[in-house]
Amino acid sequence: MPTNTSAVTFRRTRSKASCKAWLLATALAAVCAAPALAQQAPIKVGFMTVRSGALAAGGKQMEQGLEYCLAERGGKMGGRPVELITVDTAGQPATTKTRAQELVERVRVDAIIGPLAAFEALAIDDYIRQVGVPVISPSAAAEDLTQRKQNPWFVRAVGTSAQANHALGEYAAKDLKLKRVVTIGDDFAFGHEATAGFQRAFEDNGGKVVKKLWPPLNVADYGSYISQIPSDVDAVYAAFAGGNGLRFLQQYAEYGAPAKVIAQMTTVDEGILKSMGKEAVGVISSGWYTATQDVPGNKEFAAGIRAKYGADPGYYTAGAYEACAFLDAAVKAVDGKVEDKQALMKALREVKLDKGPFGEVALDPYGNPIMTVTIRRTEEKDGRLQNVVLKTYPKVSQFWTYDPKAFLADPVYSRDYPPARHLGN
Amino acid sequence: MAFWVSQTLNALALGGLLFMLASGFSLIFGLMRVANLAHGALFMLGAYVGLALVKAGFGFWTAAATTAVLVGVLGGVIERTLLRHLAGRTLPQVLLTLGLAFIIADACLMTWGGDPMRLPPPPELAGAVRFGDVVFPRYRLFVIFASAAVALGLWLLVERTRAGAMIRAAVDDVGMARAIGVSASTLFTAVFCLGTALAGLGGVIGGPILSVYPSLDQDMLPLALLVVILGGAGSLAGAFVGAYIIGFIYTFGQVLVPDLAYVILFLPMVAVLAVAPQGLFGRRLG
Amino acid sequence: MTRRMLPFAVVLAAMALVPVFTPSHFYVNLTSQVAIAAIGALGLNVLVGHAGLNSLGFAVFPGLSAYLVAWLSTLGGFDPVSAGLLAIGGTMLVAGLFGVVALRATGLGFVMITMALCQIVWGAAYRWTSVTGGDNGISAVPRPGTGLLPLERPEVFLWLCVGTLALALIQLGRFFDSPMGVALRGTRDQPRRMSAVGYDVWRIRFSAWMLAAAWGAVTGLLYAWYHQFVSPHMMAVTASAEVLLMVVAGGAGTLAGPLIGAALVVLLKNLASIWIERWVMLLGCTFVAIVLLMPDGIVPGFGLLRAALARLRPAPAPKLVPRERADV
Repeated sequence: MPTNTSAVTFRRTRSKASCKAWLLATALAAVCAAPALAQQAPIKVGFMTVRSGALAAGGKQMEQGLEYCLAERGGKMGGRPVELITVDTAGQPATTKTRAQELVERVRVDAIIGPLAAFEALAIDDYIRQVGVPVISPSAAAEDLTQRKQNPWFVRAVGTSAQANHALGEYAAKDLKLKRVVTIGDDFAFGHEATAGFQRAFEDNGGKVVKKLWPPLNVADYGSYISQIPSDVDAVYAAFAGGNGLRFLQQYAEYGAPAKVIAQMTTVDEGILKSMGKEAVGVISSGWYTATQDVPGNKEFAAGIRAKYGADPGYYTAGAYEACAFLDAAVKAVDGKVEDKQALMKALREVKLDKGPFGEVALDPYGNPIMTVTIRRTEEKDGRLQNVVLKTYPKVSQFWTYDPKAFLADPVYSRDYPPARHLGN
Repeated sequence: MAFWVSQTLNALALGGLLFMLASGFSLIFGLMRVANLAHGALFMLGAYVGLALVKAGFGFWTAAATTAVLVGVLGGVIERTLLRHLAGRTLPQVLLTLGLAFIIADACLMTWGGDPMRLPPPPELAGAVRFGDVVFPRYRLFVIFASAAVALGLWLLVERTRAGAMIRAAVDDVGMARAIGVSASTLFTAVFCLGTALAGLGGVIGGPILSVYPSLDQDMLPLALLVVILGGAGSLAGAFVGAYIIGFIYTFGQVLVPDLAYVILFLPMVAVLAVAPQGLFGRRLG
Repeated sequence: MTRRMLPFAVVLAAMALVPVFTPSHFYVNLTSQVAIAAIGALGLNVLVGHAGLNSLGFAVFPGLSAYLVAWLSTLGGFDPVSAGLLAIGGTMLVAGLFGVVALRATGLGFVMITMALCQIVWGAAYRWTSVTGGDNGISAVPRPGTGLLPLERPEVFLWLCVGTLALALIQLGRFFDSPMGVALRGTRDQPRRMSAVGYDVWRIRFSAWMLAAAWGAVTGLLYAWYHQFVSPHMMAVTASAEVLLMVVAGGAGTLAGPLIGAALVVLLKNLASIWIERWVMLLGCTFVAIVLLMPDGIVPGFGLLRAALARLRPAPAPKLVPRERADV
């Protein structure tokens, strides 16, 4: 992991040797043309990842995405070298807050990429408001971060929990012609919001969600839940994160797979697909990123990641890359003058990318990207499992086809909202 | 009808798995009065080692047996070098075993990375059996029988062998056992090896159901403690009954009262402990 | 000021003066975290060190009070100070109820029943999303503060934490020396004898439980105000285990132990992690090393070391460690 070692060594040495160099540089700057040199001072980017505990797999993929992005740019953004300071939040909100303080108060970073989990992002939400540091989320998908609790210092490089699931809901009803569906999802906000988005679009297009199952996040066994799925439904909608998709699909296959599976994107994400077996074949899912999607810039990206790390990029890899690309674009827009945080933040909110893993991307007024969503099917190709694109929905926003004002006037998506009107039918 | 049959089978399979997890813990606690809080971490280590062996080309059964031996040896080393000095001192034992749990968990993360991995069941146990409307995975049927076999084996060991007689004597009164010539030192090491080997074996057996991932230890340790406490610490029969009670409560509780899914395991435990603080089969502990 | 108090006064003064030494808010905030953790560890020490009741569910008290103050001062519409008082009151109420259940058991049974009670509250916080926000928790918890006492400033908040820690040390120091404290240690070492000579063992233990809960509730209050965010993670089993580790590593039963243990854990987690990537491993190794070198914890360990040194020297060394465990 060259990125983090370099960051760590740099920080270790700064107190000793580099300190002198830095003093020298400052002295020189006073004598010589000061502005020109200031442009050459590194941009400090804080990166909050997870290296310990349950979420470490996602953290590692994020590190790869970010490392790849920086290497591609020769370690520079807007002509200035980038100093990356990587911290490990351990997936704990309290630790995340302390790490954020370390980045802001001790290292004095110019911007932060991270953190990974939604509850981590929420834990530092008020803090970043107070200190005014631009934060770009590479993965945290909680709806309200760019909806009812939007934060002037926060933009998101990935979609909301429900963003791609609206599309899947419509596709399931209109194209797959499914009528009755059972949902099963992780019992936490990400699972709730994803399922709610699916259910809303599915039922608005004539489908019926007849049962909703919520296994706890750390449930030992899905057997008792799978046994509750009636054999006469058209499909099961699965919304799992982390390793739970792997466990669910494996156990589901062991129980004879009573109905076809449609899924939220992280259930069969490329990051976990590499650990899966035949049980994942045929799962239809939706997402804003698929390693095989044909959007400008993705072919190079996916091939590059595969060549460098030997695995297809997924949710976390692409999200971190995109967050880095956002920052790069914003730094360019302000001519490298990242010290003006207001200007940098303004530039971040106006970011438009015409290529990259997500293809063409622009942010909506709430700081959430409008991007291509694809429907894909998991297939075995070239000796490995891949998600193959079936249909593309261009320019999907977090509000889908709904009116943003009315959308925001409703309560946030949850386990019970929108209410399921067809339970038991 | 099919619902009740399949959920009962689920409960039996989960109970069996929990017995594999908890029996080693209970054995160690019964003899040595050590609450080995690294038990969950050893279970996870077993799952990882088993998976590594399967990936290296060994068969599932060879991998399971080898893992049990390896984890058992590690347990023996821990007992001989570290735990030995702390006999009868609860707090240092807690500090040590939790510290070891941290180390083992982080070492697993460093060695095998954070990606969750699947441990495929042996080919002869893949797939499901079907009787009537009930579909049930063949591997889980195996777990039901395997855990019963382990229980029987342990019971025979403790009740019918000379070593078992020594263990029983030492559980009742270590001083007296020593006086009549039982080498408590060897016995402690042997039992610790056996207990940790069971944790390692449980990890491999549980792998195909639970999959292998970081924080598996944190998910499993509370369950092991629950089983042991409900059944009564130190009693094999208690661990056996406790495991199946928990298996049934967990399975049916989550199905019938999903709103209580998180507390369904703890409410009965609080009730039992409030009435019988030593657990169902336990003897009074100080 | 007695001689025993001097080292504490010096340490607390040093903590309070951190803002003078460094302009960086980071170290100020870190010191606040040490102080908050220390108050919790001191609370748990009443149970572990003096009552002989090992709890693996101590996080339930900070958790309850943090959730209460967070909910009351955001959705409940109370001002932060009244919300804080209500939160402490509410926590004590629940703690009383829990105490009746938990104190039926001792030994490992007590360990488990406390863990179970904590898990039940954790489960409620996790599942009852309409009130608690589920795993997303409650954010934007306001800190109290007026023009005179601007608690939103890190150094002022640090002084609040250090002041509270001083209060905790004084109160607990006096309690441990009081007849009640002696009786409590009596119930730890000889419960039957205590009961035979007429002490109501259950009532003494219950008082200790409530005292621990009270300082736990104060910790939760400061935690919620410090982080301005609460989530179920603060009540996970690992959170409870962490407090227990602080107490045991520092030295259960001593007054300085929990303070040292808290500083050790907080600094290893948040300061050492700046330089050492695998800080979880480091934490584990530190615990094992402590067990091997000083099985009873750092403070008694150094006490023994000093005693050994004193035996080598003619003059008795001044007593640095405030108080030894009576039973060591």
